[in-house]
Amino acid sequence: MPGFDHATKSVDEAASPRRTRLGLQLFCVYLALYVGFVLLNALAPERMAITPFAGVNLAVLYGLGLIVAAFLMALLYEVLCRRIDRQDAGRGGDAK
Amino acid sequence: MIYEPSKIAVSVFLLFVAVTLAISFRLGAQAKSSQGYFAAGGGIPWFVNGIAFAGDYLSAASFLGICGMIAFYGYDGFLYSIGYLAGWIVALFVIAEPIRRLGKFTFADALDSKFKSRGIRLSAAVSTLVVSLFYLIPQMVGAGALVKPLLGLPHWAGVSIVGAVVVLIVVTAGMASTTYVQFLKGSLLVLFSGWLTVLILQRGLVVDERYRPGSSTTDALAATQTLRVTADGERIVNGLPQGESKDADFWPVGHISKLPDGKLETGPLGPLEFLSTLQQSEVVLWSSATKAEPDGSTLTTYSQRVVPGAEILRPGNSPTFKGVRSERIQDKLNFLSLMLALFCGTASLPHILIRYYTVKDQAAARKSTVVGIASIGFFYVLTLFLGLGAMTSGAIDVTNSNMAAPLLARSMGELLFAMISAIAFTTVLGTVSGLIVASSGAVAHDLAESIVRTPLTDHEKIRIAKLAAVVVGVLAMALGILFEKMNVNFLVGWAFSVAASANLPSLIMLLFWKGTTRQGITTAILVGMISSLTWILLSEDTFRDIYGLNPADAWVPFSQPGIVTIPLGFATVILVSLLTKERSGES
Repeated sequence: MPGFDHATKSVDEAASPRRTRLGLQLFCVYLALYVGFVLLNALAPERMAITPFAGVNLAVLYGLGLIVAAFLMALLYEVLCRRIDRQDAGRGGDAK
Repeated sequence: MIYEPSKIAVSVFLLFVAVTLAISFRLGAQAKSSQGYFAAGGGIPWFVNGIAFAGDYLSAASFLGICGMIAFYGYDGFLYSIGYLAGWIVALFVIAEPIRRLGKFTFADALDSKFKSRGIRLSAAVSTLVVSLFYLIPQMVGAGALVKPLLGLPHWAGVSIVGAVVVLIVVTAGMASTTYVQFLKGSLLVLFSGWLTVLILQRGLVVDERYRPGSSTTDALAATQTLRVTADGERIVNGLPQGESKDADFWPVGHISKLPDGKLETGPLGPLEFLSTLQQSEVVLWSSATKAEPDGSTLTTYSQRVVPGAEILRPGNSPTFKGVRSERIQDKLNFLSLMLALFCGTASLPHILIRYYTVKDQAAARKSTVVGIASIGFFYVLTLFLGLGAMTSGAIDVTNSNMAAPLLARSMGELLFAMISAIAFTTVLGTVSGLIVASSGAVAHDLAESIVRTPLTDHEKIRIAKLAAVVVGVLAMALGILFEKMNVNFLVGWAFSVAASANLPSLIMLLFWKGTTRQGITTAILVGMISSLTWILLSEDTFRDIYGLNPADAWVPFSQPGIVTIPLGFATVILVSLLTKERSGES
C-alpha cells in the first residue's frame, strides 16, 4: 500500500455552509424520527404491540424503519453534497 | 455437552491470527513517520475506511452481547442496535467533515485547532484514555469468555492471547495495520452474519419434539436445570460434577412450543414472514433464581416459562429495559437516558473519530461514513434474525447469553461454527487495536507534548506511542482478568455515557458557537467526564453488581447518567465561555 508516509493534499479543505446546513436539516429530520420512537416506547409502550403491516408489530417495523431511514438519508446526503460541490466549483469557475 | 473443543475452530482462529500479523508486518515498513503511524498517511481509500468503521465499531458487545440479549429476552437487544446505529447520524451529518478538516492525528487536534491550548489537549487526552480503557475492559472480558468454552483454555489465557496479538499489530504498523485488520474483520462479520441469517430463514421454525401434541408437555415444561457452586468452588450441574461425563453438563435450550395454526414446522420463510410467524408462536424461555445454602454453597435454578411471541417482540422484557413498562418516573428516565447516550456516544468515541484522519479529505470522510452506515446498519438488521434464530435453535447455553451466536452457528454445522467463532475473536482484535491506537496517540501526541512543552520529533512520538501501546495493552489485559465476572454490555454503556458527556458538548459548541472559549472547552470535558463517572459509581447498578450492596441505598435516582450529564456538559461550556469571554478575548 504505497503512500502511507506522505499525506495526500486535500482538495476540499474549506468548510461549506451549504453542506453544513443540509447536514443539520437532515439531522433534525432523523432526530424527530428517533425521538418519536423513544418517546413512544417510554410513554405508550402498549402502542408498540399493534400490528399495522405484514403481521409484524410496530416495535419491529419502527426499529427496522429507523435503520433503513439512516441508510437512505446517508445516501441522499452524499448525493446532495456532490451536487453542492459541483455547483460551488461551477461558481468558482465563473468567478475566474 | 454444549461445548466441545473444535479442532476446525482452533485452526481457523490460528489462520486469522496469522493473516492479521502478516498484514501488520507487511505494512510495518511503510509507517515510519507519525503521519504514517497515527493516520496511515491519510491514504486509506474511502471504501476500505468505511468497512473499517464497521470493523472498529462492531465490537464484542454488538456481535455477542446484542445477539445474546435478543436470544434470552427478545426485542430489547434490538433497542441497542437501533441506538448504536442512530449515533452514526450525528457522526455523518454533524461531525465527519469538520473533524477531518480541523484535526490531524487525535480527537484533541480538532478541539484544539482554534485555541492551541495546553489545557484542552490535556483534558481531551485524559478523556480519550478514560473512555478507551472503559471500552477496552469489556472487549478483553469478551475474549476470555470466548476462549474458555471454545478452546478449553482459562479466561486469563484468552485475554493474554488477544492482548499480545493486538499489541503486536499496533506496535508494528499503527493505524495502517489496524485499518486493514478492521477491514478484514468488518467484511467477514457482515458476510458470515448474512450467510447465517439466510440459513436461519431457510430452516424456518420448528416445534421441538418434547412440546409436540402427544408428548408429555407438562413434564417437559416442568424440567429445571440446576447449578450448585460449592464453598470450595466445585460446580455441580444437574446433580453431577460438571464435565465428569458427557451428560454432566447443562442441556442446550431455545425451543418453540407452539406454531400458528397448529403447524409443527414452517419450512423456509421470508424475513417478514419469519417475524410474523414468530409473533404468533409460543417460545420457551428460561429464567433463573440464585439462593445461598446453609453449607456455604450457592444454588441457581433455571426454570422454563412459555412466552407468546407477541410478548417477545415487544420492548421491556429484559432487566435493562424493564423500565419501559414501569410506571415509575425514574425507570422512564433511565430508559430515555440510555437511548440518549447511545445516540450521542458514537460521535464522541475517540477510536471512531481518529478514523476520519486516515482518508485524504472531507469528501472521503463523508463517503466512508456512508459506507460505514450501510454495513453497520445491515449488520444491525441481521442481529434481530440472529438473536431470534438463536432463541429458537435448541442450541443455546442457559447460563451464558454471550455464546448465543456461536452456538447458533454450531447448530448449522461445524465449519460455520468454526468461522463464526474465529470471527468473534477477530471482532475483539479489530476493536481493541483501534482503542489502543487511539490511546497511544493521545499519550504521544497530546499528553507527552503538553507535559514536556516542546514539540517532539516524529521518531520520538512514534517511540512514545509504541511504548504507550504496550503499557495500555498490558493494563487492558490486567483489567480484563480482574473484571472477569463483569457484564460486558454494562461496561460499554459506561463508555458511551462518559464519551457523550465529556466530548460531545465541547465538540458541538466549538463547531456551532463562535462564543466558545478554551476555558469553556477544558472545563466542559472535565465536568462531563467526572460527573458521568461519579453518577455511574453512585448508581443502583453499580451498588448491586460491583459493590454487592443494597441497590436501594444508591445515591442517584437512576443508573444511566446521560440525560443529566450531557446537558450539564453543554451548560458548562456555555456558562464558562460567557464568563471567560472578555478575559480571553476569544470570541
